[in-house]
Amino acid sequence: MSEITPAGADPFDITVRSNGLGRRRRVEKSLGFLAILSAVAAVGVLALVLGTVLFKGIDSLNLNLFTEPRPLFGQEGGIADALIGSVLIVGMSMAFAIPVAVLVAIYMSEYASVRVATFLRLVLDVLNGVPAIVVGIFVFGLLVVGHGQSAVYGAFALSILMLPMVARATQEVLDIVPRSQREGSLALGVTKWRTTWNIILPSAIGGILTGVVIAVARVAGETAPLLFTSAIAANAISLDVSHALPTLPVAIFVFSESPDPGEQAMGWAAALVLIAFVLVMNVLAKIFAGRKRRQLEGS
Amino acid sequence: MTTVTHDPAAPGPRLESRGIRLGDVLFRGVAVAAAAGTTALLGLIAYKVIEQAWPSIEHFGLSFVWTEAWDPVKDNYGALTFVYGTVVTSVIALLLATPISIAIALFLTEIAPRRVAAPIATMVELLAAIPSVVLGLWGILVFGPWVARHLEPWLQDVLGFIPLFDGTFYQAGMLPAALVLTIMIVPITSAICRELFARTPRDLTDGALALGSTRWESIRGVMFAYAAPGIAAAVLLGLGRAFGEAIAVAQVIGGSDNIHTSLFAPADTLGSRIASQYQGATTPLQQGSLLYLGAILMVISLTTNVAAQFVVRRFEKQRRAA
Repeated sequence: MSEITPAGADPFDITVRSNGLGRRRRVEKSLGFLAILSAVAAVGVLALVLGTVLFKGIDSLNLNLFTEPRPLFGQEGGIADALIGSVLIVGMSMAFAIPVAVLVAIYMSEYASVRVATFLRLVLDVLNGVPAIVVGIFVFGLLVVGHGQSAVYGAFALSILMLPMVARATQEVLDIVPRSQREGSLALGVTKWRTTWNIILPSAIGGILTGVVIAVARVAGETAPLLFTSAIAANAISLDVSHALPTLPVAIFVFSESPDPGEQAMGWAAALVLIAFVLVMNVLAKIFAGRKRRQLEGS
Repeated sequence: MTTVTHDPAAPGPRLESRGIRLGDVLFRGVAVAAAAGTTALLGLIAYKVIEQAWPSIEHFGLSFVWTEAWDPVKDNYGALTFVYGTVVTSVIALLLATPISIAIALFLTEIAPRRVAAPIATMVELLAAIPSVVLGLWGILVFGPWVARHLEPWLQDVLGFIPLFDGTFYQAGMLPAALVLTIMIVPITSAICRELFARTPRDLTDGALALGSTRWESIRGVMFAYAAPGIAAAVLLGLGRAFGEAIAVAQVIGGSDNIHTSLFAPADTLGSRIASQYQGATTPLQQGSLLYLGAILMVISLTTNVAAQFVVRRFEKQRRAA
């Protein structure tokens, strides 16, 4: 108590003065009102952005959007090329990041001493705080210089953003898997790695999936790392990941700076598709999180 | 690694047990490699970014940071315009976002009934899930024009005697950039504050109420005192996020080579300048200078972030001890 209430600033001191109760009640009321106003404002901004994207994007939402590549000069077209590029790049980044992230988490919770685990947590949190555009510059210098842009490099950049998110989520859920599960398995003579692989990971899968889904939703909307690694691409549907592929976020970024209303409309449609994906992923995350809780409570 | 399998206490090198041990050793080795690789990655990022900026670092030295210049014709560059833009937009965003975040967190933990609080908390979380490029699209096509037509004239009427709020109205500028950043960091700081308030021991606040405090007095005197370091960490994390955001800011800030006093005027941050000019760099020195901006951004945001992590960790340790 003495730490949090410095001498002379005792919060209980206020109560001694019983006068001014009316004023204190008024302060109470107006601050409550401000708190409600803030919450309403946050929800209002969300509704405003989502509503605008829906309202402006829905007009361009038709089948062509998903089957045609982006137009060259003002013709009719879609965003199929960017959509396919995004799916390929995000898919590859998952393949790069998830195994490493899960292994890092396993090392932290099953093998490392407390000091090493604490240090690794700091490393992951700091890595998570590296701005996306700095990651873009890094991959540009490491791989793109001398080789040119490619979807694989883009995926590598996104996987650096994904790694700390998935590793932290996994480590947190591994830490709450009951000790009894590990001890039971080890007591039966099962080796440590089989225990980890067959007993601990399956019971933590709900939490891992939650982390993965949230990370995927976030990197799918990342633009900055892709500007340096997979942005100079043709407006054509391609599956060749050794070259730069167009992506939804980069397409939205370019459309948003265009003075042409037709291109702006395409930007809104692409934004609607991206937002819909992100919202679905967030709902999935809630479902997985619920499963995790049930599973761990059940055991 | 082979020495482990020749443990003298083991009853004889049976093939089966050797295989099992090998599995353990291998699995451990792979996990160690992943952890070591992740740590090395952080160092490699710092090294590579600075290496690429080196031509400019060598040429301009540290004075680059406080020089206001961006002249591709004379090949002369400096970062001050962008450092100023980054600090001013982020600080404005922080000044707006901190009280709003605390208010939202108080609403969710203290005022709203559970039935109302849960869906609103989810919606505030979703605000953080909107991709920055979509927020930027909305910012440049809808929000920016609204700011120029309604908010900026009003601000000039009320606060025009301050030079910051006096000038021509622009659809893209420092003010809309700061407001978009506010929208991006409110969900982050309010989520952390909500958790802090929810974990404040009830008996402390109840004690204050029992002694005759009003609800607000118990919040201000007990809850804030208890959560203060946590709130500081939340603010630092939000600041780190605001410093590092490049895309949404690049879309709404307009771009400028010089510092303008008016918040209404176009400007550039470190991140937005890199994002908008990375393709147009013609000379090695110009490219190096853009990446020098990236190196400055990296140093600023790493410092902010590490500071936030240390505040969090000290706070947790202190609480566990209490």
